[in-house]
Amino acid sequence: MRRRLKLRGAIILLAGFQSLILLAGFFAPYNSTAQDRLSPFAPPTRVHFFDAKGKFHARPFVYGLKNNPVDFGAYGIDFTRVYPIRFLAAGAPYKIAGIFPARIHLLGVEEPGRLFLLGSDGYGRDQLSRFLYGGQISLRAGLIAAALSVSLGIVMGGLAGFYGGWLDNALMRGAELFLALPWLYLLFAVRAALPLHITQSQVFLLLVAVMGLLGWARPARLIRGVVLSAKERNFVLAARGFGASDRYLLFRHVLPQTSGVVLTQIALLIPQFVLAEVTLTFLGLGVGEPLASWGSLLSSLQQYSVLSSYWWMFLPALLLVPLFLGYYLAADALQERFKSVSL
Amino acid sequence: MAKVFVLVRAAAFLLLIIGAPGCLPDASAGAGEELMVTENPPGRIGGRIVVGLRSEPKTLNPVLAADNTSRDVIRCMTADLIHISRETLKTEPALAKSWTVSHDGKQYTLHLREGLRFSDGQPLNADDVLFSFRLYLDEKAHSPQRDLLVIGGKPVEVQKVNDFTVRFDLVQPYAAAERIFDGLAILPRHLLEEAYRSGNFAHAWTLSAPPNQFAGLGPFRLKEYVLGQRVVLEKNPYYWKKDRSGNRLPYLDEIVFLFVPSEDAQVVRFEAGDTDILSRFSAENFPVLEREQVARGYHLYDLGAGFEYNFLFFNLNDLASKGRPEITKKQSWFQDARFRQAVSAAIDRESIIRLVYHGRATPLWGNVTPGNKLWIDNSLPHPAQSLDRARQLLQSAGFSLKSEGTLVDAHGTPVEFSILTNASNAQRSKMATLIQDDLSKLGMNVHVVSLEFRAMVDRLLNTYDYEAAVMGLVTGDADPTPEMNVWLSSGETHLWHPVQAKPATEWEAEIDRLMQQQMTTLDYAKRKRLYDRVQEIIAENVPVICLASPNILVGAKDRIGNFRPAILDPYVLWNIDQLYVR
Repeated sequence: MRRRLKLRGAIILLAGFQSLILLAGFFAPYNSTAQDRLSPFAPPTRVHFFDAKGKFHARPFVYGLKNNPVDFGAYGIDFTRVYPIRFLAAGAPYKIAGIFPARIHLLGVEEPGRLFLLGSDGYGRDQLSRFLYGGQISLRAGLIAAALSVSLGIVMGGLAGFYGGWLDNALMRGAELFLALPWLYLLFAVRAALPLHITQSQVFLLLVAVMGLLGWARPARLIRGVVLSAKERNFVLAARGFGASDRYLLFRHVLPQTSGVVLTQIALLIPQFVLAEVTLTFLGLGVGEPLASWGSLLSSLQQYSVLSSYWWMFLPALLLVPLFLGYYLAADALQERFKSVSL
Repeated sequence: MAKVFVLVRAAAFLLLIIGAPGCLPDASAGAGEELMVTENPPGRIGGRIVVGLRSEPKTLNPVLAADNTSRDVIRCMTADLIHISRETLKTEPALAKSWTVSHDGKQYTLHLREGLRFSDGQPLNADDVLFSFRLYLDEKAHSPQRDLLVIGGKPVEVQKVNDFTVRFDLVQPYAAAERIFDGLAILPRHLLEEAYRSGNFAHAWTLSAPPNQFAGLGPFRLKEYVLGQRVVLEKNPYYWKKDRSGNRLPYLDEIVFLFVPSEDAQVVRFEAGDTDILSRFSAENFPVLEREQVARGYHLYDLGAGFEYNFLFFNLNDLASKGRPEITKKQSWFQDARFRQAVSAAIDRESIIRLVYHGRATPLWGNVTPGNKLWIDNSLPHPAQSLDRARQLLQSAGFSLKSEGTLVDAHGTPVEFSILTNASNAQRSKMATLIQDDLSKLGMNVHVVSLEFRAMVDRLLNTYDYEAAVMGLVTGDADPTPEMNVWLSSGETHLWHPVQAKPATEWEAEIDRLMQQQMTTLDYAKRKRLYDRVQEIIAENVPVICLASPNILVGAKDRIGNFRPAILDPYVLWNIDQLYVR
């Protein structure tokens, strides 16, 4: 019962997160690349219900900012300028799921007011919008890379475990080779060999391909182990005795038994690959400016001045915690569930 | 400041007063030493200071050192004949107490101070000077300073007149002649001649050589070198300067250089009190350090514009033999001055100053920075950002806007190009990102590509495989002559189209003529007119779109006395012999 609750909770959390990111255009107040050059490193905008005189307003509002051109952290609040928050307000155009054009945003304030719920970065871009749009790149990269590496893992691990012998040896030594590869240097080499200017979608494909192709070894090993024990099960042996073909045995009896491992691996690999994207962008190998990704949001924290002066730059990192927690909870619940089934 | 593409070049000229004021030999000096008397307020003797270096030196050999950190350390251990004062930016006597110039400006006679000793106690005479110049001029030694000493295609000729007089002959008058001596260390013949004769000079004075093999004429001498950690210098007891109270300089007993690999690490260590002096840091760290200023007992200095200028430029190389059709196609835009002018007009320099440098920089419209007060052409126009003007220029050059807002050229090709920067320089990447946003308003589709520094320089100067780039240069001196390599069309750092056999355009030919002329003209006013014209041509044709010149920001603990930072490299340690601990 607790287990089911845990799984359900994780799934709700993840579904919520994914839909926020899928509908980034709607939930984000601004476009992810829109710069407000007069508001660099603005702290998170405070939402008020009570005005300076203590009077209550049913519609929340924000105040304008007075900026200081030299020390960015030191913004003053301009109490004379009041901007009520508008719901379902028209704003910058965007596309839902990349197809349907729209202009409606969940929240917004009248220009020149600014609604920076997570603060702004060094170019005056809204951190919340960048976080949501960045998720589209980072999370998608994580999902696709995880799917790619697990599928490769199923093929390699399945074949190796089922047929054994020299094929097993060759595939598993290959997997070890992949595990031992200095993949970071490999990636630098790949980037250096590519033409100077590659489009963002090419960078994205590169990221996904490299992460997926290099990540298959570990799931392959696990799946091979499961396949090895599965093919010795009595019912599999019985099916073989009745003259079932290899193909039938693999798809009907052996691979279904790996589903627990596969699902658990996917739940574990997605956050790992999201983190890998963060690392790669941190090292300058990911998507570049001005596009947002979680990696590029976190890489600004490399600078001491940002790290020590603008606390809201940490917020994207904090927001990743519930997401990762969701995936690990899911992995945990799945593992328990399949363990109890197979017993 | 992250990596700056520093032109390693010692100096040039400026001062037209000939001869040496002051600095008469002082009767109280022992054994006929002609010590120089400095003007600084006397300081306390003793103590040591710790300074962070951004990287480990590559060598301690002054003839071979090409990188900034090596030169920072070497400068503390060596001295030159004529020095450029970092305070006045004028030449002043150093090991040469005076000099005379012949009427045709081709012959310099330098008189050495007598009775001076190297830091190992051996005397200095004209033979050491001759030997040092033989090393700098030896083609096989590959000294980066050699180029400086080749004037009008011929190396400078050095002759000994007597034990303390040396004559330098040039084939043509050279306006910057006395400034080239700055930074050319005089070396001990008695220690290095054997290595030179046996062909081992390249292996002399490496980082692992024991301290007793070194000797110099600088305020300090090598005490200890710990690979990967620090280099410690101790006071040179034979140094040739004293203050007006008669104390022999330097005041400090010791100076420790710690290797602190990044700017952020240097800032943290300075803030924590581990180092006493912070040389050049970027503006975003200024407010961070400022907060702790009083509590931690240090002071920050904003010295205003220095000699660094950052700019955007396009690839104007002749790529016919290189076979890069992609770039060649775009060059028809880049080669049109109106296109470059439009880009320049669209760039919001004020935002660059505010967002990239936190207000601690000066916007630029020309190649000479406001720090260079003697040479800047103040009549250059400073047009504010104007997208309208940019659009007009583009229209007159045959570009037009498509309905969805994309800029296309006369053949209907969308305008799209990439800007290269070095990933290690956060400021330049940021500038490129702002420019990208500015140009997107004109309908241009611009991408920013960050590369590792050496990979970028390789593309800029060797393979020419780039479309546009954001770069910076730091002039080594206030004079225009060290910039020859940048502005001459045959120059190796003529970035947009280096090493041309003959000038590709009319205006480049004119710049060539003007630069050659200013080099051989001795009168400052005439030279200024010539160089003003160069600046006008550059501003008109915008081969480089100048963006901003960052202020020189330095810091020092309050307990350091006589700290007088300068806007010319070395910013903080140029008067290391006068610094003291209160």
